Amino acid sequence: MGHTIIDKLWNEHCIADLGDGTSLLYIDRIFLHERTGSVALKGLEDQGRHVRNPEQVFCTMDHIVDTTPGRGDATRVPNGTDFIKTTRDAARAAGLNLFDLGDDRQGIVHVVSPELGIAVPGVTLVCPDSHTCTVGGIGALAWGIGSTEAEHALATKTLVVKKPAAMRVRFEGHIPFGVTAKDMILHLIGKYTASGGVGYAIEFAGQTISDLPIEARLTLCNMAVEFGAWTGVVAPDAKTFEYVKGRPYAPKAEAWDRAVEHWKSLVSDSDAEFDREITIDVAQIVPQITWGTSPQHETGIDQRVPDPRQEPDANRRLSMERALEYMSLEPGTPLEGIPIDAAFIGSCTNSRLSDLRNAANILKGRKVAPGVKAICVPGSTQVKLAAEAEGLDRVFTEAGFEWRESGCSMCFFAGGESFGVEERVVTSTNRNFENRQGPRTRSHLASPTTVAASAVLGNLADVRKLERLRAGSNSE
Amino acid sequence: MCGNWNGCEPAAIVNKFTRLKAIAAPLLRINVDTDAIIPSREIKRVSKVGLSDGLFAGWRYTEPGGRVEDPGFILNRDPFRQAQILLSGLNFGCGSSREHAVWALAEWGIRSIIAPSYGAIFYANCARNGVLPVILDNDVVEDMARQVTDEPEQHLISVDLVDCTVTAPDDTVHAFEIDAADREMLLEGLDAIDVTRKRDDEILAFQARDRLRRPWIYL
Repeated sequence: MGHTIIDKLWNEHCIADLGDGTSLLYIDRIFLHERTGSVALKGLEDQGRHVRNPEQVFCTMDHIVDTTPGRGDATRVPNGTDFIKTTRDAARAAGLNLFDLGDDRQGIVHVVSPELGIAVPGVTLVCPDSHTCTVGGIGALAWGIGSTEAEHALATKTLVVKKPAAMRVRFEGHIPFGVTAKDMILHLIGKYTASGGVGYAIEFAGQTISDLPIEARLTLCNMAVEFGAWTGVVAPDAKTFEYVKGRPYAPKAEAWDRAVEHWKSLVSDSDAEFDREITIDVAQIVPQITWGTSPQHETGIDQRVPDPRQEPDANRRLSMERALEYMSLEPGTPLEGIPIDAAFIGSCTNSRLSDLRNAANILKGRKVAPGVKAICVPGSTQVKLAAEAEGLDRVFTEAGFEWRESGCSMCFFAGGESFGVEERVVTSTNRNFENRQGPRTRSHLASPTTVAASAVLGNLADVRKLERLRAGSNSE
Repeated sequence: MCGNWNGCEPAAIVNKFTRLKAIAAPLLRINVDTDAIIPSREIKRVSKVGLSDGLFAGWRYTEPGGRVEDPGFILNRDPFRQAQILLSGLNFGCGSSREHAVWALAEWGIRSIIAPSYGAIFYANCARNGVLPVILDNDVVEDMARQVTDEPEQHLISVDLVDCTVTAPDDTVHAFEIDAADREMLLEGLDAIDVTRKRDDEILAFQARDRLRRPWIYL
């Protein structure tokens, strides 16, 4: 029987079989950020332990940094500066690669790591952050860990891991107009629930995935954790190699040729067996929107708020009822047209250059609806600079969006800047949990284009209609 | 002495787990995320302690950031304030990797969680902090939740990591599975780094071989 890509990545990093399906895995690269990396570095220091290969460890500031122009170490997060300074001091003392505030390599960990060629196909990469699975999109075996495991990885260059089961999710067919990778992954979670992937590593495959640009694959894998999966991965292909080539930490010259030759073998064998297979017909997907407080609380923008009474499963019904109360929504209300207070484009899910271009295409020549607070936070300083070089910042600001420095920003609320109590936000982020974006803030997850269209109309909007309108007016 | 550690000096994190017979608090919600277990705003210091006040802050207190208890929340009710076992729904601890979720639970007094499934990172974090995550079928968890609802002090649940069993108040015994490595770490209260360090020769030999096989990895 052949091997899956997960088997192959696992086997080539397996130092020792510890029995019971558990392995001692070699960890190629470690990324840290100031929110959880700080406590890991401090933990090591307190125990007098050292980082084994500091040249393979990377560190940036993203979670609680201020994102207003002209920022420094000051942050509105209570005691936030302590997290920044502790991380900086510990990273410098340990000799890690530090992308600090003011460095043009700074940004959200999972945006920076592929951008700089730190995440390349075939590497094992860990970070004390659940969205580390993002860089599975480049063919890396990458997963989120806790701070204690981060200490273990830093001190030993290894982790003890139980091998997950393997699932293949095939997306087949052409992506319909107005639909993005974000809609694909939300659809998957909506259909199979937020725990549908628990216990699995997932290979995303199929024609649609082959057709997806790399940044869209990163978006898809980013939310593998919201599906409950241990991680997600897309087999590297010619598009991946083209994306990786020439990036600062990517292999060069002769090493590049050897690497590519190896990377080409990192595909599931034709006779590989997966523990579970799911196939999704992409033609059936419309732009998605969440209505509740779990990513599984989602549906098409053309649908209505569901009625919990129709849900046969008692636990899900209770969760729906709680969610609708929190979100202040009535069953049967059409989702399209629900008024919003704010719109947010950013996060490790959807803040890359392609996301900003797509959103800017919607915003060009349009204005954010009166009363809607709209914010765009590029995922990295590189993304911000590239966007500014092509004038995207002006499109955003002329439409009425704030244009910020890069960071995780209001994807979550750490006690600093947030959306208001009971404000309704349409957001390109990954979690619509209670109080995630602010105290009692009501979050609706969607693609960046849906966020842009909603910001313009002042309500949850079907981006397809807005774009058809533009197409219509242009042809007149 | 306080009934639990809430409000006291943070207790040292206990890393060892063998057997426990204790009050169990039912929190039968699905997809309880780590943002709910400890909101980011409650993580105020670069520290693994001082987190129990922030445990379930969004549900436990009447106002965001406040400290007025919501009497409706299970852990605010006697005798569940003394609970050392938490019963919950599927996918407990999903979401953010923040280990602060486990540190907060442990510091408050929770030593074992019983749920049908867990977020993968949360599950791994538990075993490294002396908290035993038990996986049992949802029907079993719901049945035990019903049994502990009345007179919880009389209807204790026993969790035994030596035998890998949970004994319900009605004396029904339920076997559970746990990875051998996690079980050993909990039973012995081992430090995972020390355990791995014993394999240092193997790790360095692997690295030397790998450097020849995949030289592009080594910066």
